[in-house]
Amino acid sequence: MNNFWGDSLSSFWSAWIIVITLGTIGISAWLLFANRKTDKTPDAEGNVDTTGHAADGIEEYDNPLPRWWFQLYVGTVIFSLGYLVLYPGLGNFSGLLGWSQESQWEEEVARAEERFAPIFAQYQEVPIPELSQDGEAMQVAERIYLNNCAICHGSNAKGGYGFPNLTDDAWLYGGAPENIVHTLNNGRNGLMPSWQQLGSENIENVTQHVLSLSGNAEDAERAEQGASVFASVCAACHMPDGTGNQALGAPNLTDDAWLYQAPGQSLADSVRQTLRNGRNGHMPAQAAYIGEDKVHLVAAYVYGLSRED
Amino acid sequence: MRHEIVEKNVGLLAVLILVVISFGGLAEIVPLFFQKQTTEPVEGLEPLSPLELAGRGVYRREGCVGCHSQMVRPFRAETERYGPYSVAGEQVYEHNFLWGSKRTGPDLARVGGRYSDDWHRAHLYNPRDVVPESIMPAYPWLFENTLSGERIDDEMRVMQTLGVPYTDEQIANASEEVRGEREITALVAYLQQLGTVLKDSR
Repeated sequence: MNNFWGDSLSSFWSAWIIVITLGTIGISAWLLFANRKTDKTPDAEGNVDTTGHAADGIEEYDNPLPRWWFQLYVGTVIFSLGYLVLYPGLGNFSGLLGWSQESQWEEEVARAEERFAPIFAQYQEVPIPELSQDGEAMQVAERIYLNNCAICHGSNAKGGYGFPNLTDDAWLYGGAPENIVHTLNNGRNGLMPSWQQLGSENIENVTQHVLSLSGNAEDAERAEQGASVFASVCAACHMPDGTGNQALGAPNLTDDAWLYQAPGQSLADSVRQTLRNGRNGHMPAQAAYIGEDKVHLVAAYVYGLSRED
Repeated sequence: MRHEIVEKNVGLLAVLILVVISFGGLAEIVPLFFQKQTTEPVEGLEPLSPLELAGRGVYRREGCVGCHSQMVRPFRAETERYGPYSVAGEQVYEHNFLWGSKRTGPDLARVGGRYSDDWHRAHLYNPRDVVPESIMPAYPWLFENTLSGERIDDEMRVMQTLGVPYTDEQIANASEEVRGEREITALVAYLQQLGTVLKDSR
């Protein structure tokens, strides 16, 4: 797989290409020599040859090609033959240099591997908390973060609507080094089901109850009425006290971090919307994209973000 | 001189010019039509679902190809950023190709699965909401337009005649499948499958 040219041409098409390519070069060369004039000496009367073209009495000389032009032409023929000997071009003949697009790419990758692998291997040895203090490593990590993570989590890592802030202390899936590595390697799928079936009265009550957990309730009475539904439905993931469950990615509802509060939206509206429609947070797995070495570095970077100052 | 004949008969001159320049195409292009790498799908390649195909239609209509290529070239700089380089076998069901030739935005050949559906929706609604420095236009109407599903079966039938292995059953159900879906859903579905067949071959 993945070879562009390889040897999969049938011998007919290989011959087809060879004949046309060499034939064209041959004909070009023949054309040059067959039409070549070298003599431009005037005849006895002092006339030189003309092409016979005449316009308003002005005739066109039929002089030989300039030498430099002729030589350039010969040069291109020689070059093309040399090229076809060294590089793939003539059907299935792969050229004396053995060059191919894939092998060029493989060599490029191998060279980079040779240069960077020892550096990454060295970082791999260092535990994440310690690595997050290493200025040089974090410079490398920041570049990887900006290229791969910033598109969702922002270049300042403060996230956005639906994309977690990485600089605060709120962790959906835990902020220990092994949790961060796991998140990066395997991705995460958060699932908050829709609770539309509870009915709008209950949703209103639960909304106020959820807000009361962080001291944001607007309607204490409703908040109290929502307690029983919260205990029977929500507590399964968010825990009876609302502090969440990092094993499930169920957020802590008692803190001030709100993942789904859209700009300009009231907190109550955002909670109401979540209860009605549910939420599907999805973090794609990064291991396949950046590899374990870089995951280790980025994990250290993210670990450090929330522990700065 | 015999070349006077050619010079004084423009029709003949044109024919001869065509003959001469056709040699390049005969040697470089024609054999590709008969080569396995360009005519056989890579393992696991499936034709686009009706919804994805409709999304592809949106992609074409909105001119995404004008700023986004779909072709990862075999250079380390590209494979590091985008993923494994593109191969011809991934494109055998593509009619027409959307390789593009300009990268005002990033290449999308391997964008499938790279970001969440939510991210794509937020980004297409207003790119600045998630990437503040983005110069990409916003496409809010995709969230309002719904697909009628009226022509999707015709489109699939055309694809079928071009060699895409859609079954008659798939075509019969296609309109039903996409009717009423928002255009954004179709476009995100299309984007999320791009390049995923060879995603893990890195």
